[in-house]
Amino acid sequence: MADKILKKLKIKVWRQKNAKSKGKFETYTIENISTGSSFLEMMDILNFQLIEEGIDPIAFDHDCREGICGTCSLYINGRPHGPDTEVTTCQLHMRKFKDGETIVIEPWRARAFPVIKDLVVDRTAFEKILQAGGFVSVNTGGVPDANTIPIPKDDAEESMDAAACIGCGACVAACKNSSAMLFVSAKVSHLAKLPQGKVEAASRAKNMVSKMDELGFGGCTNTQACEAECPKSISITNIARLNREYLKARISE
Amino acid sequence: MSILDSKIPEGPLAEKWSKHKAAIKVVSPANKRKLEIIVVGTGLGGASAAASLAELGYKVKAFCYQDSPRRAHSIAAQGGINAAKNYQNDNDSVYRLFYDTIKGGDYRAREANVYRLAEVSPNIIDQCVAQGVPFGREYGGLLDNRSFGGVLVSRTFYARGQTGQQLLIGAYQALNRQISKGAVEMYNRHEMLDLVKIDGKARGIIARDLVSGEIKRFGAHAVVVATGGYGNVFFLSTNAMGSNGSAAWQCYKRGAFMSNPCFVQIHPTCIPVHGDQQSKLTLMSESLRNDGRVWVPKKKEDAVKLQKGEIGPNDIPDEDRDFYLERRYPSYGNLVPRDVASRAAKERCDAGFGVNSEGKAVFLDFKYSIDRLGKNVIAQRYGNLFQMYEKITDVDPYTEPMMIYPAIHYSMGGTWVDYNLMTTVPGLYSIGEANFSDHGANRLGASALMQGLADGYFVLPYTIGDYLADEIMTPMADTNAPEFAEVEKDVKDRIEKLYNIKGSKPVDYFHKKLGQVMWDYVGMARNAEGLQKAIDMIKEIREEFWKDVRIPGELDNLNPELEKAGRVADFFDIGELMARDALDRNESCGGHFREESATEEGEAKRNDEKFTYVSCWEYKGEGVEPDMHKEDLVFENVKLTQRSYK
Repeated sequence: MADKILKKLKIKVWRQKNAKSKGKFETYTIENISTGSSFLEMMDILNFQLIEEGIDPIAFDHDCREGICGTCSLYINGRPHGPDTEVTTCQLHMRKFKDGETIVIEPWRARAFPVIKDLVVDRTAFEKILQAGGFVSVNTGGVPDANTIPIPKDDAEESMDAAACIGCGACVAACKNSSAMLFVSAKVSHLAKLPQGKVEAASRAKNMVSKMDELGFGGCTNTQACEAECPKSISITNIARLNREYLKARISE
Repeated sequence: MSILDSKIPEGPLAEKWSKHKAAIKVVSPANKRKLEIIVVGTGLGGASAAASLAELGYKVKAFCYQDSPRRAHSIAAQGGINAAKNYQNDNDSVYRLFYDTIKGGDYRAREANVYRLAEVSPNIIDQCVAQGVPFGREYGGLLDNRSFGGVLVSRTFYARGQTGQQLLIGAYQALNRQISKGAVEMYNRHEMLDLVKIDGKARGIIARDLVSGEIKRFGAHAVVVATGGYGNVFFLSTNAMGSNGSAAWQCYKRGAFMSNPCFVQIHPTCIPVHGDQQSKLTLMSESLRNDGRVWVPKKKEDAVKLQKGEIGPNDIPDEDRDFYLERRYPSYGNLVPRDVASRAAKERCDAGFGVNSEGKAVFLDFKYSIDRLGKNVIAQRYGNLFQMYEKITDVDPYTEPMMIYPAIHYSMGGTWVDYNLMTTVPGLYSIGEANFSDHGANRLGASALMQGLADGYFVLPYTIGDYLADEIMTPMADTNAPEFAEVEKDVKDRIEKLYNIKGSKPVDYFHKKLGQVMWDYVGMARNAEGLQKAIDMIKEIREEFWKDVRIPGELDNLNPELEKAGRVADFFDIGELMARDALDRNESCGGHFREESATEEGEAKRNDEKFTYVSCWEYKGEGVEPDMHKEDLVFENVKLTQRSYK
């Protein structure tokens, strides 16, 4: 498909100076954007324009721009990562928008993800959840040969499906309860599906869930919005597996 | 004679590391608790080092500019990690991996370091599996392998097209475990801006808290720089937007030598540049060359029609396709090393056979593999890469070949280190892509992940003890010492100087200009005249930058433009040193191609008599030309031959 030019777009974007100040929407106009440009390239061009006009550019998180680091986190036209499926914001392209359109951009909205500036939020809560048990307790060295334990291909593939989580937080942003269940369940499944992670599966589930509750994420009411918006198609069957591991842990208490 | 002591152990190659480990000092557990180590960067090298050092009992402080260690750019590595496991029974061995890496690097790396890398590689796979890394497996439950460029065996382990992600998550999990135990203090959204030395030894860093803007002091007994490469000097590259060379550059200005800065890798399979609005290039994994065939039209008129969009690739019959890699390199075919594949693509495009509207692309075609293996097999191997390609280009690679073109990808050059991975500043270490040591003039695919984890898990944790054993009586660094105050003042002065220019143009304006100069004159083909021109042009752009850059926002708030400005200011200096180094090295080797030094067939021609050395640049002050020292490379185990993949 040949690229076209979007002659004019209106960008309505959340501006907030810092964590303490109150935010509001501002609208800017941008012209001549190629449909072959990525959404964040459009943001770069807008920021270039704002700087030249003497306006503070819009702060947004981004890094790899290949859809894998999980840094970018924009809520575009009411959807985490915008109007495309199975992509992060950085992989979203302008061909998904029409000439003359008004594009609304907000940060992730969740109590556990406070805004730092404009569209940048603080996702330290995810770090804390993983620190509560998202690992296998092995030190470097002294481990057996990699082929000592054969792992059924299907288990390895299922583990990989869950391990594909990039920790972006779209699941939380999509959820009306701001629940982190999909994120937590992805880590629990990734490790529980492998013999190396199975040993601590129950305690891991329990510790991560209690940390999640403590940090102000909401509960899961099975709306499946998380799965629909996940850029890596993490399945909600992982939540069922998490519930099972969590139950095991509570019963054995 | 070199003034540099590489500390390469005596004895036969295969025994050097064992002998060295037996000879170096060890710190007792009680003393480890009294020693602090700063690790800057949390990619594969930094995260694995920070976790492993903390497990040993050292007190570790780790830093990353991202909001989480998991976001470091190692995460973007797609295809795989090499290890000499010989699981495929295809006669792989430590020696063969060593030999392939030395040859792949065009004989410009140290034998001893490379051998050690190959030697510890099997341990990495064991470690990762134990951590729960979901590598690809066979139906029998054992680990699967694939092939990569420049080798004739299958030794690459992979986790779909997300191997870097999964390995980094493994290291990040290990790091998280140490953070939860209080053994690592993690500083996210902090950027190292300078190195502090006391009595000539590295004793701390100055970092900026990127959220509050506060300039902070951190002390330690040793500092480890694991901050990756400087590919973003080219503006367009496969590096992350935030990847930068500043931490390593500040170390250079404080006395750490920079080695072989002109050795950068240009990866053959990236999505081509489109238009002038682009800010980032996306890599398509080298693993695709296992099943994809690279071609351009045989007839120029077909190429012209493709460029005008009058025909599509599927309109060109097989007999009119020029599979130029298979034609020129029959024994390695599509799996020639990256430097060779990149130059071959450039050669065809320069000759007018490019296939996109800019004439700067070649095809990577999966039709033949899909016919042979079926779409499902290809989808299982590369599904996520195909999806990524389609989202970016709006073209379905299952039905139409991919278009690819070379792009800047990796820095083989970097901070000089000895066998212990210590720089020329005592107590300052450099690991992973940040150092120069293992890849010579060209890195083989799937070897960056191997090196990052080898350094972090299995080399540094041993070798750092040799230095720290003599530091057990040294008290914790006093961050109120005048040395800290002085460096902090330098950092603050520089930030204020930049901020107060209040010129008219954004940072990106200058960065793009610099990138264009680098790509045109210090890119895939270099010559003396162009390199001299680049040095002059960089000076001009730098001068303009320091007069006319505009940094908006506040100093005491999150300010991405300020962060960028600091990094770009260093890129000017790095770019200039790269050009200087490329000018000195009047030979072609690996990724460094001097037009003055080519064979009749247009292949790179080394000059072993004159250039079998590592260039080691010493900073001599602002605006003063740096000194160059040479570390002579001695090859006792391999014979230097003209590299051939025919």
